[in-house]
Amino acid sequence: MKAPSFAYAKPRSLPEALQLLERPGSKVLAGGQSLIPTLNMRLSSPELLVDITGLPGFSDIDSSEKTVRIGALTTHAQIEASAEIAQQVPLLAAAVKHVAHPAIRNRGTLGGSLALADPAAEYPAVALALQATIVIASGKGERRVKAEDFFKGLFETDLKANEILVAVEFPTGGRSAFFELARRQGDYAIIGLAAHESRFVFFNAGPTPVLAKNASKEKSLDKAKEALKKDLDPPADLYNSSATKLHLAGVLLERAWNTLSTSR
Amino acid sequence: MEHALDITLTVNGVQVSRRVAPRTHLVDFLRDELGLTGSHIGCEHGVCGACTLRVNGAIVRGCLMLAVQADGCKVDTIEGLSDSGELKDLQKAFHEKNALQCGFCTPGMLMAAQDLVLKNQKPTRDEIREHISGNYCRCTGYQAIVDAIEDVIQTKVTHGKG
Repeated sequence: MKAPSFAYAKPRSLPEALQLLERPGSKVLAGGQSLIPTLNMRLSSPELLVDITGLPGFSDIDSSEKTVRIGALTTHAQIEASAEIAQQVPLLAAAVKHVAHPAIRNRGTLGGSLALADPAAEYPAVALALQATIVIASGKGERRVKAEDFFKGLFETDLKANEILVAVEFPTGGRSAFFELARRQGDYAIIGLAAHESRFVFFNAGPTPVLAKNASKEKSLDKAKEALKKDLDPPADLYNSSATKLHLAGVLLERAWNTLSTSR
Repeated sequence: MEHALDITLTVNGVQVSRRVAPRTHLVDFLRDELGLTGSHIGCEHGVCGACTLRVNGAIVRGCLMLAVQADGCKVDTIEGLSDSGELKDLQKAFHEKNALQCGFCTPGMLMAAQDLVLKNQKPTRDEIREHISGNYCRCTGYQAIVDAIEDVIQTKVTHGKG
């Protein structure tokens, strides 16, 4: 299908972009790899697309001792190619390999994925596992939101219609592991796990990424797997029942547990 | 804020200027405005990869990019890569290995395959499959396609071509 008609603007500065977003029916367009399909399928019909890909400095990767700040417009391909990210935020580097396919990774962005908050997407789980900080701009200035407060519900975040996700700050260091089960490389996950130290965050296991609170507290694998039953109630999909997904979550937990306990 | 915008882009080395509606996808623009029908339209939501193009040197989905977003860009299509001879090794291998299947995905497959060839690495068969995973369509197997891509990359590595 073809997208419905809409107006288009490509602002060259953040204030200009924020001003455009004050118009009713406006929507941010970044890489477009999720928004354009929903337009094509007529699941969404904005009146104005504000293309933010012309904003300067939005794909910078800046690292300091304790955090790596990644601009919202950084593409999956840029994340994949970054030696800095591989070294300092290995969980993100491991996750990006599972994000869609090369042609999509060339355009899809970090900020776009987080702002959409697809429950099956990798980055929201990584952000929650690492306790990342989301930096958001509006006409009133900048505010910072912890990942745990950012994801509110199914495709629902703390981001308001007149705000723009600017960057994400990921803390560096610590042991991490990333596992995902999908029917085919690059497909949406059946279920996935982003683990950092003792934080186990599952995706496609609920409306938002789910921190397995009970399992994350346990000191032995058997107890953690048992505790998972209290943490997760994954929704069934076309191919997998809730019970299957819960079983698979246990399989991933075991893999991550073994990886974390044998790594430095 | 306009509902029609003027864009100028370079398509297969030729500069073109047109007035387009923002809702027009890049692949529709290329097919309908410029008559470049080699890029196919399959699913129109980024799943099948039949519309794979190269924009500023990186492969993209032609159905997930608006024509207005390509303003100022350098766009290469299957026609351009075929005419310039860039794809001749892959075309020959696809022909020899009968790597066409139903043929609908072939333009996109060649674009994705060439992207891998240009990386100058020595991928395993699994890595080749991973790279073309975004181009799977209704056929299955893709064995002959993997054979053809593997053949081109191996020849290139052995003879140090390209």
